[in-house]
Amino acid sequence: MNIALRLTIVGLAATCLVGIGCNKQPAADVIKVGEFASLTGKEANFGNSSHQGTLLAIEELNAAGGVLGKKLELITEDDLTKAGEPATVVNKLISRDGVVAVLGEVASSRSLEAAPICQQNKIPMISPSSTNPEVTKTGDYIFRVCFIDPFQGTVMANFATKKLKAKKVGIFTDVKSDYSKGLAKFFKESFVASGGQVIAELDFNGGDKDFKAQLTSIKSAGPDAVFVPGYYTDVALICIQAKQLGLNVPLFGGDGWEGEDLVKIGQDAVEGHYFSTHYHPDVGSPKSTAFVEAYKKRWKNADGSPKVPDAMAALGYDSAMILADAMKRAGTMDGTKVRDMLAATKDFDAVTGRITINSQRDATKSAVILQVKGGTFKYVETINP
Amino acid sequence: MNWLQQLINGFGLGSIYALIALGYTMVYGVLRFINFAHSDVLMLGAFAAFFLAPKVEGFVPRQSYAGALLILVLAAAVCAVIGILIERLAYRPLRNRPKLTVLITAIGVSLFIEFSCQHRAIFGAQTRPFPKLLPEHTFHVGELTIASYDIMVPLVTMVLLVILWFVVQRTRIGTAMRAVAYNHQAACLMGVNIDRVISFTFGLGSALAAVAGILYALKAPGIEPLMGIQPGLRAFVAAVLGGIGNLPGAVLGGLVLGLLETFAGGIPGISNYRDGIAFAILILILLFRPAGLLGRAQVEKV
Repeated sequence: MNIALRLTIVGLAATCLVGIGCNKQPAADVIKVGEFASLTGKEANFGNSSHQGTLLAIEELNAAGGVLGKKLELITEDDLTKAGEPATVVNKLISRDGVVAVLGEVASSRSLEAAPICQQNKIPMISPSSTNPEVTKTGDYIFRVCFIDPFQGTVMANFATKKLKAKKVGIFTDVKSDYSKGLAKFFKESFVASGGQVIAELDFNGGDKDFKAQLTSIKSAGPDAVFVPGYYTDVALICIQAKQLGLNVPLFGGDGWEGEDLVKIGQDAVEGHYFSTHYHPDVGSPKSTAFVEAYKKRWKNADGSPKVPDAMAALGYDSAMILADAMKRAGTMDGTKVRDMLAATKDFDAVTGRITINSQRDATKSAVILQVKGGTFKYVETINP
Repeated sequence: MNWLQQLINGFGLGSIYALIALGYTMVYGVLRFINFAHSDVLMLGAFAAFFLAPKVEGFVPRQSYAGALLILVLAAAVCAVIGILIERLAYRPLRNRPKLTVLITAIGVSLFIEFSCQHRAIFGAQTRPFPKLLPEHTFHVGELTIASYDIMVPLVTMVLLVILWFVVQRTRIGTAMRAVAYNHQAACLMGVNIDRVISFTFGLGSALAAVAGILYALKAPGIEPLMGIQPGLRAFVAAVLGGIGNLPGAVLGGLVLGLLETFAGGIPGISNYRDGIAFAILILILLFRPAGLLGRAQVEKV
């Protein structure tokens, strides 16, 4: 290849890149809302559900005439379920796309990465379903529309003592995840306070494939149940290996379990286990019924059947609706005014229940407990704060 | 009984490392360089089985040994072809360049496979559920629980080790492989077709990787394009520990590493540091036996 030809190719490639970079002209009649989600990677179920809920909300808002006479445009970035990526994409959303607010993430570790950036730029950020208390402590521009882990930990501790009649439990924590460490801590405090005993505490690293060493240790301690506050891909493998080792006690965890792949990967090994989460489509207000119908119409499973929304989808939807509501009340896109109105949200009628934002910018809400049965998540009970 | 159960767990895990380490060590033995793309061929093997399984189920009953064997052989064949292609396209043009060039290229090939496979149009980055290829049984011996998987993997590893040893020591192509390993210029002068020997080595190594990938996917039935990195790294270390270039050494190294990890991982309070503990012990072993457990120290003549 001669030099002239090489230069031409490089030139063409550069032109293409510049062209791609410039083709998005800022339009004055749209409101840009940024979203970052784990659309691919280990926790892709979370990101996709959350994104589908959020996009449905944006579409419904636009069909009803938009906000303040303008249409909403959702700009979504995939963070690949990777540490480090949220900071990059949120910086891009704020500095290049000029979004007025940011929605995301599900996993607390990734929300914690993006929160300081939003805070610094005075861009309101709403996490749909990060439950670690630290997320909103980052600053006064960071909100969430779900409950937090001290509550979830208490709910599961009560569930373990009352429903599972467990006196001795093992805890198996993912030390790579802020969510898992936080939830394990709150669960332990609450469980010990109510007279229970934690007889084995072992750790794993999210993404591990072999858990038999730790599970053997847990089993030999003889627990009545094992608390596994992890995310669904790891949990599915843990359930499989627990079953292989004959650890036949109930395993239970938090909202990180709720991904359709839990059942697809875990199959019969996850049957009968329990977890707490934010929402179940079977129980809910007229608002929830309408949402379930709209969602099923809009989104399909891989096999073409209508997709039933999960908690992440419902919370994604709520996060966008709460943002739109605050914008309407603020009457402007200004970050500070929108923030003030978000903080003043009271009794908002959402899919996952009535949302009131408290002084810590968290939502106080009830939790539901689900059981894996027949390959689906069955509703067990609702627990109010 | 706890330690006995951990022993079984460790053997199950270590056998997988051993199987992967065999591939590393064989290529090293012949070519004196580490094929870092080995762990990605492992991933491709698991994906090959993932896509082949529904097709094979069309004419062989589900979860039968015949079906599993057929899938294993087909996936191994696919990976052998991929391995030969990788060598032909990436390594052969660099054969007479400095070893460092080839090493860096191997890392490049590895990253290329990992990240191109994450693209939506190829496999995508999401985890996919790997089908159960075999019926599962659990045996109880006293307080011990042994999954059929933990018996099968060491068995497969041992059988493959014996086959490999036989191929290398007792066949014509094996003699040629050893000749190339010993002195590739002299082998060339003696009429050994070096290109063919090296292609064969890569094909065999990649077929092994495919088997390991499938067994690994059966253990942890969620597969994604980066699944090979972790076990690949451990297996590489296992190969070095056993004495790189030495087949039984690779198996021994894999088993030692698996056992160390399992015993460290089973201790409450420090289970988080399982890799740290395992690798610290490895460093200690290598301090006293720098050539590895079964490796022979070679004096470099200057």
